[in-house]
Amino acid sequence: MYLSHILNSKKIALSVILGVFLTFCTCKTFAIQHEEAHEAAAATEHEEEAFNPSEVILEHIADSHSLHLWGTTSIPLPVILYTDKGIETFSASKFEHGHADYQGKYYTYRLVKDKVHIVGEGSDLSAAATVLKPNGKLVDFSITRNVASMWLSIVLLFIIFFSVSAAYKKREGKAPKGLQSFLEPVILFVRDDIARPNIGYRYQRFMPLLLTIFFFIWINNLIGLVPFFPGGANLTGNIAVTFVLAFITLIIVNVNGNKYYWKHIFAPDVPVWLYPIMWPVELVGIISKPFALMIRLFANITAGHIIVLSLISLIFVFKSAYVSVVSVPFVVFMDVLELLVAALQAFIFTLLTALFIGTAIEEHHH
Amino acid sequence: MIGSIAALGAGLAVIGAGIGIGQVGGKAMEGISRQPEAASKIQTAMIIAAALIEGAALFGVVVSFLGLK
Repeated sequence: MYLSHILNSKKIALSVILGVFLTFCTCKTFAIQHEEAHEAAAATEHEEEAFNPSEVILEHIADSHSLHLWGTTSIPLPVILYTDKGIETFSASKFEHGHADYQGKYYTYRLVKDKVHIVGEGSDLSAAATVLKPNGKLVDFSITRNVASMWLSIVLLFIIFFSVSAAYKKREGKAPKGLQSFLEPVILFVRDDIARPNIGYRYQRFMPLLLTIFFFIWINNLIGLVPFFPGGANLTGNIAVTFVLAFITLIIVNVNGNKYYWKHIFAPDVPVWLYPIMWPVELVGIISKPFALMIRLFANITAGHIIVLSLISLIFVFKSAYVSVVSVPFVVFMDVLELLVAALQAFIFTLLTALFIGTAIEEHHH
Repeated sequence: MIGSIAALGAGLAVIGAGIGIGQVGGKAMEGISRQPEAASKIQTAMIIAAALIEGAALFGVVVSFLGLK
Protein backbone atom coordinates (compact mmCIF):
# COMPACT_ATOMS: atom_id res chain seq x y z
CA MET A 1 0.00 0.00 0.00
CA TYR A 2 1.47 3.27 -1.07
CA LEU A 3 -0.74 5.51 0.97
CA SER A 4 1.92 7.04 3.21
CA HIS A 5 2.38 9.91 0.74
CA ILE A 6 -1.05 11.23 1.89
CA LEU A 7 0.49 12.14 5.21
CA ASN A 8 3.31 14.01 3.52
CA SER A 9 1.09 15.93 1.15
CA LYS A 10 1.24 19.67 1.61
CA LYS A 11 -2.45 20.03 0.78
CA ILE A 12 -3.45 17.61 3.52
CA ALA A 13 -1.24 19.36 6.04
CA LEU A 14 -2.71 22.71 5.08
CA SER A 15 -6.27 21.49 5.35
CA VAL A 16 -5.52 19.92 8.73
CA ILE A 17 -4.12 23.23 9.95
CA LEU A 18 -7.16 25.07 8.58
CA GLY A 19 -9.46 22.51 10.19
CA VAL A 20 -7.80 22.89 13.58
CA PHE A 21 -7.96 26.66 13.21
CA LEU A 22 -11.65 26.65 12.33
CA THR A 23 -12.40 24.27 15.20
CA PHE A 24 -10.65 26.66 17.51
CA CYS A 25 -12.69 29.58 16.15
CA THR A 26 -15.89 27.63 16.63
CA CYS A 27 -14.89 26.75 20.18
CA LYS A 28 -14.32 30.42 20.74
CA THR A 29 -17.77 31.36 19.47
CA PHE A 30 -19.27 28.69 21.67
CA ALA A 31 -17.36 30.18 24.55
CA ILE A 32 -18.91 33.56 23.80
CA GLN A 33 -22.31 31.98 23.48
CA HIS A 34 -21.82 30.21 26.75
CA GLU A 35 -20.85 33.42 28.45
CA GLU A 36 -23.73 35.30 26.86
CA ALA A 37 -26.14 32.57 27.83
CA HIS A 38 -25.01 32.83 31.42
CA GLU A 39 -25.29 36.55 31.42
CA ALA A 40 -28.64 36.56 29.70
CA ALA A 41 -29.87 33.97 32.18
CA ALA A 42 -28.50 35.99 35.06
CA ALA A 43 -30.14 39.13 33.68
CA THR A 44 -33.54 37.46 33.38
CA GLU A 45 -33.24 35.94 36.83
CA HIS A 46 -32.46 39.22 38.49
CA GLU A 47 -34.62 41.69 36.69
CA GLU A 48 -37.15 39.61 34.74
CA GLU A 49 -36.49 41.91 31.85
CA ALA A 50 -36.40 41.29 28.12
CA PHE A 51 -32.96 40.66 26.63
CA ASN A 52 -31.48 44.01 25.70
CA PRO A 53 -28.75 43.46 23.10
CA SER A 54 -27.36 46.99 23.10
CA GLU A 55 -26.87 46.89 26.87
CA VAL A 56 -25.03 43.56 26.73
CA ILE A 57 -22.88 44.72 23.81
CA LEU A 58 -21.95 48.01 25.44
CA GLU A 59 -21.10 46.20 28.66
CA HIS A 60 -18.72 43.91 26.76
CA ILE A 61 -17.06 46.77 24.96
CA ALA A 62 -16.71 49.09 27.93
CA ASP A 63 -14.16 48.99 30.70
CA SER A 64 -15.00 47.15 33.92
CA HIS A 65 -13.86 46.69 37.51
CA SER A 66 -13.54 42.92 37.26
CA LEU A 67 -11.38 40.78 35.02
CA HIS A 68 -13.42 38.14 33.29
CA LEU A 69 -11.70 34.75 33.23
CA TRP A 70 -14.12 32.19 31.72
CA GLY A 71 -17.77 31.29 31.97
CA THR A 72 -19.11 33.23 34.92
CA THR A 73 -15.78 33.30 36.77
CA SER A 74 -14.17 36.68 37.16
CA ILE A 75 -11.67 38.20 39.52
CA PRO A 76 -12.37 41.56 41.19
CA LEU A 77 -9.76 44.24 40.59
CA PRO A 78 -8.54 46.90 43.03
CA VAL A 79 -10.44 50.18 43.08
CA ILE A 80 -8.22 53.22 43.69
CA LEU A 81 -10.05 56.50 44.13
CA TYR A 82 -8.58 59.93 44.54
CA THR A 83 -11.29 61.88 46.31
CA ASP A 84 -11.21 65.48 47.52
CA LYS A 85 -10.58 64.15 51.06
CA GLY A 86 -7.86 61.62 50.26
CA ILE A 87 -6.98 58.39 48.54
CA GLU A 88 -9.18 55.37 49.02
CA THR A 89 -8.36 51.78 48.00
CA PHE A 90 -10.51 48.68 48.25
CA SER A 91 -11.40 45.60 46.25
CA ALA A 92 -14.15 45.74 43.65
CA SER A 93 -15.63 42.58 45.22
CA LYS A 94 -17.05 44.89 47.93
CA PHE A 95 -19.62 46.04 45.38
CA GLU A 96 -20.90 42.47 44.84
CA HIS A 97 -21.37 43.15 41.09
CA GLY A 98 -23.18 46.41 41.70
CA HIS A 99 -25.67 44.97 44.20
CA ALA A 100 -24.17 46.57 47.31
CA ASP A 101 -22.84 49.97 48.32
CA TYR A 102 -19.44 50.20 49.94
CA GLN A 103 -18.93 52.42 52.98
CA GLY A 104 -15.43 53.81 52.56
CA LYS A 105 -13.37 56.06 54.82
CA TYR A 106 -14.73 59.27 53.36
CA TYR A 107 -17.81 58.49 51.30
CA THR A 108 -20.21 55.72 50.39
CA TYR A 109 -19.58 54.36 46.93
CA ARG A 110 -21.89 52.66 44.48
CA LEU A 111 -21.19 50.92 41.18
CA VAL A 112 -23.55 52.15 38.46
CA LYS A 113 -22.93 50.68 35.00
CA ASP A 114 -19.41 49.67 36.02
CA LYS A 115 -18.52 53.20 37.09
CA VAL A 116 -17.88 54.21 40.69
CA HIS A 117 -20.16 56.93 42.00
CA ILE A 118 -20.30 58.69 45.35
CA VAL A 119 -23.64 58.27 47.09
CA GLY A 120 -24.48 61.62 48.61
CA GLU A 121 -27.26 62.57 50.98
CA GLY A 122 -30.70 61.91 49.57
CA SER A 123 -29.10 59.17 47.41
CA ASP A 124 -27.94 61.57 44.72
CA LEU A 125 -25.00 60.19 42.78
CA SER A 126 -21.93 62.08 41.71
CA ALA A 127 -19.75 60.42 39.14
CA ALA A 128 -16.00 60.42 38.68
CA ALA A 129 -14.34 63.53 37.38
CA THR A 130 -13.44 63.36 33.73
CA VAL A 131 -12.16 65.78 31.16
CA LEU A 132 -15.77 66.52 30.32
CA LYS A 133 -16.78 66.87 33.98
CA PRO A 134 -13.85 68.32 35.91
CA ASN A 135 -15.70 69.27 39.09
CA GLY A 136 -16.52 65.73 40.24
CA LYS A 137 -15.58 64.76 43.78
CA LEU A 138 -13.42 61.77 42.84
CA VAL A 139 -10.94 60.73 40.20
CA ASP A 140 -10.97 57.04 39.39
CA PHE A 141 -7.42 55.62 39.20
CA SER A 142 -8.61 52.02 39.52
CA ILE A 143 -6.78 49.14 37.94
CA THR A 144 -9.63 48.25 35.61
CA ARG A 145 -9.66 45.31 33.25
CA ASN A 146 -8.22 47.41 30.45
CA VAL A 147 -5.28 48.39 32.63
CA ALA A 148 -4.80 44.78 33.74
CA SER A 149 -4.99 43.58 30.16
CA MET A 150 -2.53 46.25 29.05
CA TRP A 151 -0.02 45.22 31.72
CA LEU A 152 -0.47 41.63 30.66
CA SER A 153 0.23 42.50 27.04
CA ILE A 154 3.28 44.53 28.07
CA VAL A 155 4.64 41.58 30.06
CA LEU A 156 3.96 39.35 27.07
CA LEU A 157 5.76 41.73 24.73
CA PHE A 158 8.73 41.93 27.10
CA ILE A 159 8.98 38.16 27.37
CA ILE A 160 8.73 37.69 23.60
CA PHE A 161 11.17 40.40 22.64
CA PHE A 162 13.75 39.84 25.37
CA SER A 163 13.89 36.15 24.51
CA VAL A 164 14.22 36.96 20.81
CA SER A 165 16.90 39.58 21.34
CA ALA A 166 18.79 37.18 23.62
CA ALA A 167 18.60 34.62 20.85
CA TYR A 168 20.16 37.12 18.44
CA LYS A 169 23.07 37.64 20.83
CA LYS A 170 23.53 33.95 21.46
CA ARG A 171 23.19 32.79 17.88
CA GLU A 172 25.05 35.62 16.23
CA GLY A 173 25.63 35.03 12.55
CA LYS A 174 23.48 31.92 12.50
CA ALA A 175 20.07 31.36 10.94
CA PRO A 176 17.10 32.41 13.12
CA LYS A 177 15.33 29.71 15.08
CA GLY A 178 11.91 29.31 16.72
CA LEU A 179 10.17 32.53 17.66
CA GLN A 180 12.99 34.43 16.02
CA SER A 181 12.06 33.11 12.57
CA PHE A 182 8.49 34.26 13.11
CA LEU A 183 9.35 37.76 14.26
CA GLU A 184 12.26 38.51 11.96
CA PRO A 185 10.14 38.80 8.77
CA VAL A 186 7.62 40.99 10.62
CA ILE A 187 10.34 43.31 11.92
CA LEU A 188 11.93 43.44 8.47
CA PHE A 189 8.52 44.18 7.01
CA VAL A 190 8.14 47.16 9.36
CA ARG A 191 11.63 48.33 8.42
CA ASP A 192 11.56 47.76 4.66
CA ASP A 193 7.91 48.40 3.83
CA ILE A 194 6.90 50.96 6.44
CA ALA A 195 9.89 52.89 7.77
CA ARG A 196 12.35 53.11 4.89
CA PRO A 197 10.04 54.13 2.02
CA ASN A 198 8.16 56.70 4.10
CA ILE A 199 10.79 58.23 6.37
CA GLY A 200 13.86 58.02 4.15
CA TYR A 201 17.46 57.40 5.05
CA ARG A 202 17.06 58.59 8.66
CA TYR A 203 14.58 55.85 9.44
CA GLN A 204 16.71 54.17 12.09
CA ARG A 205 15.98 56.72 14.79
CA PHE A 206 12.28 55.95 14.54
CA MET A 207 12.43 52.17 14.29
CA PRO A 208 12.03 51.56 18.06
CA LEU A 209 8.91 53.75 18.11
CA LEU A 210 7.39 52.18 15.00
CA LEU A 211 8.09 48.63 16.14
CA THR A 212 6.65 49.33 19.59
CA ILE A 213 3.50 50.87 18.14
CA PHE A 214 3.10 48.07 15.64
CA PHE A 215 3.51 45.18 18.07
CA PHE A 216 1.61 46.86 20.90
CA ILE A 217 -1.44 47.47 18.72
CA TRP A 218 -1.22 44.10 17.04
CA ILE A 219 -0.92 42.04 20.21
CA ASN A 220 -3.69 44.00 21.92
CA ASN A 221 -5.98 43.62 18.92
CA LEU A 222 -5.39 39.88 19.01
CA ILE A 223 -5.85 39.63 22.79
CA GLY A 224 -9.08 41.62 22.39
CA LEU A 225 -10.43 38.90 20.08
CA VAL A 226 -10.10 36.18 22.73
CA PRO A 227 -13.31 36.08 24.79
CA PHE A 228 -11.85 34.35 27.87
CA PHE A 229 -8.66 34.95 29.87
CA PRO A 230 -6.17 36.44 28.82
CA GLY A 231 -8.64 38.31 26.62
CA GLY A 232 -11.95 39.76 27.62
CA ALA A 233 -10.82 43.37 27.56
CA ASN A 234 -11.27 45.64 24.59
CA LEU A 235 -8.11 47.68 24.91
CA THR A 236 -7.52 49.07 21.43
CA GLY A 237 -11.26 49.70 21.18
CA ASN A 238 -10.96 52.13 24.07
CA ILE A 239 -10.72 55.73 22.97
CA ALA A 240 -8.40 56.69 25.85
CA VAL A 241 -5.80 54.14 24.77
CA THR A 242 -5.94 55.16 21.12
CA PHE A 243 -5.84 58.78 22.22
CA VAL A 244 -2.54 58.24 24.03
CA LEU A 245 -1.09 56.35 21.05
CA ALA A 246 -2.13 59.14 18.69
CA PHE A 247 -0.84 61.76 21.13
CA ILE A 248 2.59 60.09 21.10
CA THR A 249 2.53 60.35 17.31
CA LEU A 250 1.57 64.03 17.52
CA ILE A 251 4.46 64.78 19.88
CA ILE A 252 7.04 62.80 17.89
CA VAL A 253 6.02 64.35 14.58
CA ASN A 254 6.10 67.92 15.84
CA VAL A 255 9.23 67.59 17.95
CA ASN A 256 11.09 66.19 14.95
CA GLY A 257 9.63 68.66 12.46
CA ASN A 258 12.40 70.55 10.68
CA LYS A 259 12.39 74.13 9.45
CA TYR A 260 10.80 73.17 6.12
CA TYR A 261 7.92 71.56 7.97
CA TRP A 262 7.32 74.67 10.08
CA LYS A 263 7.86 76.97 7.11
CA HIS A 264 5.20 75.04 5.24
CA ILE A 265 2.82 75.71 8.11
CA PHE A 266 3.62 79.31 9.04
CA ALA A 267 5.05 80.74 5.83
CA PRO A 268 3.69 78.77 2.89
CA ASP A 269 4.24 79.95 -0.68
CA VAL A 270 1.06 81.97 -0.90
CA PRO A 271 0.39 85.75 -0.91
CA VAL A 272 0.92 87.22 2.56
CA TRP A 273 -2.68 88.36 2.93
CA LEU A 274 -3.74 84.69 2.83
CA TYR A 275 -1.71 83.85 5.95
CA PRO A 276 -4.55 84.50 8.42
CA ILE A 277 -6.58 81.88 6.55
CA MET A 278 -3.69 79.46 6.09
CA TRP A 279 -2.54 79.38 9.71
CA PRO A 280 -5.76 78.03 11.23
CA VAL A 281 -6.11 75.54 8.40
CA GLU A 282 -2.57 74.25 8.84
CA LEU A 283 -2.89 74.13 12.63
CA VAL A 284 -6.10 72.12 12.30
CA GLY A 285 -4.14 69.88 9.93
CA ILE A 286 -1.55 69.19 12.66
CA ILE A 287 -4.25 68.09 15.09
CA SER A 288 -6.55 66.31 12.65
CA LYS A 289 -3.95 63.80 11.45
CA PRO A 290 -3.42 62.11 14.84
CA PHE A 291 -7.12 62.63 15.59
CA ALA A 292 -7.95 60.52 12.54
CA LEU A 293 -5.47 57.88 13.75
CA MET A 294 -7.23 57.80 17.11
CA ILE A 295 -10.72 57.49 15.65
CA ARG A 296 -9.69 54.96 13.01
CA LEU A 297 -8.23 52.44 15.43
CA PHE A 298 -10.97 52.94 18.03
CA ALA A 299 -13.85 52.70 15.58
CA ASN A 300 -12.46 49.76 13.63
CA ILE A 301 -11.90 47.58 16.66
CA THR A 302 -15.10 48.63 18.40
CA ALA A 303 -17.14 48.08 15.25
CA GLY A 304 -15.67 44.59 14.85
CA HIS A 305 -16.58 43.67 18.42
CA ILE A 306 -20.07 45.12 18.02
CA ILE A 307 -20.71 43.08 14.87
CA VAL A 308 -19.58 39.82 16.50
CA LEU A 309 -21.61 40.49 19.64
CA SER A 310 -24.72 41.51 17.67
CA LEU A 311 -24.58 38.30 15.65
CA ILE A 312 -24.38 36.33 18.90
CA SER A 313 -27.16 38.46 20.39
CA LEU A 314 -29.47 37.46 17.52
CA ILE A 315 -29.77 34.00 19.12
CA PHE A 316 -31.05 35.56 22.33
CA VAL A 317 -33.23 38.13 20.59
CA PHE A 318 -35.10 35.37 18.74
CA LYS A 319 -34.85 33.00 21.75
CA SER A 320 -34.13 30.08 19.45
CA ALA A 321 -31.07 27.86 19.13
CA TYR A 322 -31.82 27.42 15.41
CA VAL A 323 -30.75 31.00 14.72
CA SER A 324 -27.23 29.88 15.60
CA VAL A 325 -27.17 27.93 12.33
CA VAL A 326 -26.99 31.30 10.61
CA SER A 327 -25.25 33.39 13.22
CA VAL A 328 -22.37 31.09 14.24
CA PRO A 329 -20.93 30.75 10.69
CA PHE A 330 -21.21 34.51 10.33
CA VAL A 331 -19.40 34.97 13.64
CA VAL A 332 -16.64 32.61 12.49
CA PHE A 333 -16.38 34.60 9.28
CA MET A 334 -16.25 37.88 11.18
CA ASP A 335 -13.62 36.53 13.56
CA VAL A 336 -11.40 35.47 10.68
CA LEU A 337 -11.92 38.90 9.16
CA GLU A 338 -11.05 40.48 12.50
CA LEU A 339 -7.76 38.58 12.51
CA LEU A 340 -6.98 40.38 9.27
CA VAL A 341 -8.23 43.71 10.61
CA ALA A 342 -6.11 43.30 13.75
CA ALA A 343 -2.93 43.13 11.68
CA LEU A 344 -4.15 45.67 9.13
CA GLN A 345 -4.97 48.34 11.70
CA ALA A 346 -1.59 47.89 13.39
CA PHE A 347 -0.01 48.22 9.95
CA ILE A 348 -2.03 51.32 9.01
CA PHE A 349 -1.37 53.07 12.31
CA THR A 350 2.37 52.43 11.98
CA LEU A 351 2.39 53.32 8.29
CA LEU A 352 0.62 56.64 8.80
CA THR A 353 2.87 57.46 11.77
CA ALA A 354 5.88 56.81 9.54
CA LEU A 355 4.31 58.89 6.77
CA PHE A 356 3.69 61.86 9.09
CA ILE A 357 7.23 61.63 10.48
CA GLY A 358 8.49 61.42 6.92
CA THR A 359 6.73 64.61 5.85
CA ALA A 360 7.97 66.37 9.00
CA ILE A 361 11.66 65.57 8.52
CA GLU A 362 11.74 65.75 4.72
CA GLU A 363 14.39 68.04 3.19
CA HIS A 364 13.08 70.31 0.45
CA HIS A 365 15.14 71.37 -2.52
CA HIS A 366 13.52 74.44 -3.99
CA MET B 1 -36.32 57.37 17.10
CA ILE B 2 -32.90 58.88 17.76
CA GLY B 3 -31.41 55.40 17.48
CA SER B 4 -32.87 54.86 14.03
CA ILE B 5 -31.62 58.24 12.81
CA ALA B 6 -28.15 57.32 14.09
CA ALA B 7 -28.36 54.07 12.12
CA LEU B 8 -29.29 56.11 9.04
CA GLY B 9 -26.21 58.25 9.59
CA ALA B 10 -24.00 55.18 9.84
CA GLY B 11 -25.50 53.89 6.61
CA LEU B 12 -24.85 57.17 4.79
CA ALA B 13 -21.23 57.17 6.03
CA VAL B 14 -20.82 53.64 4.69
CA ILE B 15 -22.16 54.66 1.25
CA GLY B 16 -19.50 57.35 0.99
CA ALA B 17 -16.73 55.02 2.11
CA GLY B 18 -17.97 52.31 -0.26
CA ILE B 19 -17.82 54.61 -3.27
CA GLY B 20 -14.43 55.95 -2.24
CA ILE B 21 -12.76 52.63 -1.50
CA GLY B 22 -14.35 51.13 -4.60
CA GLN B 23 -12.74 53.84 -6.72
CA VAL B 24 -9.36 53.40 -5.03
CA GLY B 25 -9.45 49.62 -5.33
CA GLY B 26 -10.63 49.66 -8.95
CA LYS B 27 -7.99 52.12 -10.06
CA ALA B 28 -5.31 50.20 -8.17
CA MET B 29 -6.36 46.99 -9.95
CA GLU B 30 -6.15 48.82 -13.25
CA GLY B 31 -2.72 50.13 -12.36
CA ILE B 32 -1.48 46.71 -11.31
CA SER B 33 -2.77 45.05 -14.47
CA ARG B 34 -1.04 47.69 -16.57
CA GLN B 35 2.20 47.46 -14.62
CA PRO B 36 2.38 44.23 -12.63
CA GLU B 37 5.97 44.94 -11.55
CA ALA B 38 4.79 48.01 -9.60
CA ALA B 39 2.19 45.94 -7.71
CA SER B 40 3.75 46.28 -4.25
CA LYS B 41 4.13 50.06 -4.51
CA ILE B 42 0.58 50.46 -5.81
CA GLN B 43 -0.72 48.24 -3.04
CA THR B 44 0.88 50.34 -0.30
CA ALA B 45 -0.40 53.56 -1.81
CA MET B 46 -3.84 51.98 -2.19
CA ILE B 47 -3.94 50.94 1.45
CA ILE B 48 -2.96 54.44 2.59
CA ALA B 49 -5.67 56.04 0.44
CA ALA B 50 -8.25 53.47 1.55
CA ALA B 51 -7.35 54.09 5.19
CA LEU B 52 -7.78 57.84 4.77
CA ILE B 53 -11.20 57.39 3.18
CA GLU B 54 -12.16 54.89 5.82
CA GLY B 55 -11.11 57.40 8.48
CA ALA B 56 -13.57 59.95 7.11
CA ALA B 57 -16.32 57.32 7.11
CA LEU B 58 -15.49 56.27 10.65
CA PHE B 59 -15.96 59.84 11.82
CA GLY B 60 -19.54 59.46 10.66
CA VAL B 61 -19.87 56.11 12.40
CA VAL B 62 -18.51 57.51 15.66
CA VAL B 63 -20.90 60.43 15.51
CA SER B 64 -23.76 58.00 15.10
CA PHE B 65 -22.38 56.02 18.08
CA LEU B 66 -22.68 59.20 20.09
CA GLY B 67 -26.22 59.57 18.78
CA LEU B 68 -27.04 56.16 20.24
CA LYS B 69 -26.50 57.28 23.83
